[in-house]
Amino acid sequence: MGDCHNCPANSIATLAPPPGADASSTRRQVVAIVGPPNSGKSTLFNRLTGLRQKVANFPGVTVEHRVGRVKLDSGRDVFLVDLPGVYSLTPRTEDERVTFDVLSGLKKDIPRPDAVLLILDSTNLSRHLVLAAPVLSLGLPTLVILNMADDLKSRGGEINTAELAMQLGSPVALVSAAKGMGVEKVLQFLGGATMGAAPKAPLIQLPVIQDIPKCRAWATHVGNKTGYQAPAPPLWTRRLDAFFLNPVAGPLMFLVVVMALFWAIFSGADPLMNAVDAARIASGQWIGAHVSNEAVRSLIVDGVWPGVGSVIKFLPQILLLFLFIGILEDSGYLARAALIADRTMARFGLQGKSFIPLLSAYACAVPAIMATRTIESKRDRIVTILIAPLMTCSARLPIYLLMIETFVPRKPLFGFARVFALLALYVLGFLAAILTARLLKSTILRSSRSSFILEMPPYRWPTARGLALRLIDRAKVFLKMAGTIIVIVAVIIWVLANLPLDHGKPPAIEHSIAAGFGHLVEPLIKPLGFNWKIGIGLITSLAARETMVSSLGTIYGIEGTEHSLGLQDALRRDLTLGGAIALLVFFAFAMQCMSTVAVVRRETGGWFWPGVQFAYMTLLAYVAAFLANHIVSIWA
Amino acid sequence: MSGKKRTHHPHTSKAKNLTELKPGEAGVLEKLDLPDVEAQRLMEMGFIPGHSVTRGHSAPGGDPRVFRVDGTEVALRRETARKLLLK
Repeated sequence: MGDCHNCPANSIATLAPPPGADASSTRRQVVAIVGPPNSGKSTLFNRLTGLRQKVANFPGVTVEHRVGRVKLDSGRDVFLVDLPGVYSLTPRTEDERVTFDVLSGLKKDIPRPDAVLLILDSTNLSRHLVLAAPVLSLGLPTLVILNMADDLKSRGGEINTAELAMQLGSPVALVSAAKGMGVEKVLQFLGGATMGAAPKAPLIQLPVIQDIPKCRAWATHVGNKTGYQAPAPPLWTRRLDAFFLNPVAGPLMFLVVVMALFWAIFSGADPLMNAVDAARIASGQWIGAHVSNEAVRSLIVDGVWPGVGSVIKFLPQILLLFLFIGILEDSGYLARAALIADRTMARFGLQGKSFIPLLSAYACAVPAIMATRTIESKRDRIVTILIAPLMTCSARLPIYLLMIETFVPRKPLFGFARVFALLALYVLGFLAAILTARLLKSTILRSSRSSFILEMPPYRWPTARGLALRLIDRAKVFLKMAGTIIVIVAVIIWVLANLPLDHGKPPAIEHSIAAGFGHLVEPLIKPLGFNWKIGIGLITSLAARETMVSSLGTIYGIEGTEHSLGLQDALRRDLTLGGAIALLVFFAFAMQCMSTVAVVRRETGGWFWPGVQFAYMTLLAYVAAFLANHIVSIWA
Repeated sequence: MSGKKRTHHPHTSKAKNLTELKPGEAGVLEKLDLPDVEAQRLMEMGFIPGHSVTRGHSAPGGDPRVFRVDGTEVALRRETARKLLLK
């Protein structure tokens, strides 16, 4: 069992043991975290695994999970699996089905967990204990974790954990995952349970029937027996709600929050972005001066560096956006925002719960589409998935900002014009999304008004640790993309732009292979106001939107005569105002993101919906860009 | 509070429902007049017959409304709240 010391650090992905592996002796120990929504599962998971975690898919399941490694004192590793939040193990929704199947060992590709961490909110114990009955009756070694111990204490609640452990026949730990209190008890349990300690039978009889009122009465009984004193109501949450849900102040705050979000990502990140850009240029010059081979130098200085650099420049902005959404989510405000937005969303056939995924889609459509799992109505969920990529994701920011900086003049009077232009693009995406929702709900996905049931979590201070982990996670994903897809695309474009050799020298860009591809699509995109160079960028952006800017950077970087001109000057020369606006409109609507296509296929269980979505968005983008180009051309 | 009244209504048409609670007013839940799946989901969130429900804040325009039940707060739309009948 001690043979895990030499595991490579990145072996988390190989969670499932190789077929035929002997169960207990050779394979890694797997522990599942189970708990109701808002019980602090993710906080505990972050606390235990820190940076040793990654998002992984359970093969054949339409749910993405986080898997992480916990290092025990003995030097052994234990794998933690963060299962979806559920109130019961009755498999009714997708999340409940997955949790149930994994815990019962019904999933072929996933080993049955060796132990369970059942996490319950100690301030809401009677209600959360209902989940303990079905989880304990699985017979796996289980640690019952009563989370939010600090809250329980400060609000005057009480519980006798020793008595509760006796009654349930399982160890009980009172912890505060956010503050790190009592986490050592969890580590102790992980050390013992995964060595094969058998669970004891509970003292109190577990209710077997799936009758909620009876289970709830059982939970009250257990609570009474163990001296559970529910804490006083969260006073601060009441006070804050009196403000945030005030008929006048509430909607105003809602608007302030949304405006602040856009202001922060547009203006707040400026100094950082300039710093990254300056570092990129300086390092490029340094490499240029130190590499003697001309082909290699050109590949780096003209190909890879501008390509990767033009994308990395946007890292500060994307992190700021994720920080903002992280604060809204962790503080509990996002649930209030969903409540405020419900009536407006209902007008478009959606509901408040769609608001959370749609707001996350401003960061990235991929996690947003996964967040739609909380929507019970299948049709509402499909509609939300279909419109999510129309929301302005952070991958569109690079091209938006580049075009706005190029075509909206920086003059005192226009200080607001740039923010306004960006805001207009966000509104455009939003309008397209809700009008599409309306269209879908009144045609192919017609359904009766669905219900809206949303638990309001108490307000909490977001922890620096939790936010930092989120940002590190996002930065890793972004840099990995910049280091792989973008580098590969940049190299391919550089190669294609430098071939065929003309008397041993690279050709003028007009005669290169890349230009050949660009010219091939030119007739198709000419009506939109784009030339063949933009065409090359569009082809590469089908994989991911960000590659557009890097491809343009590479193409214009290679173009000899433009070497002194910046990318912006080159674009100003190559695009009319109509073409520039058409390009922005095209990016607002087109589905240029392979990751989104993949996640939609997985979440909807087939190629039908991603196919419909891709065709619809491409057509919409083309028609809208065509109209934009012609209308602006008449005007200007 | 009015929720403590134990008058039996033979005709459910006269029964008071959640939408009739004033802000801060409490009542005791009698039954959930909803399809099974939806009723079970609500019961898991704490809307169990015999438990007390208090009206809290609401979204602008009064819909959806937040109800305090079993140590937590849950927001419901008016059309759902109307199906939760009080004693």
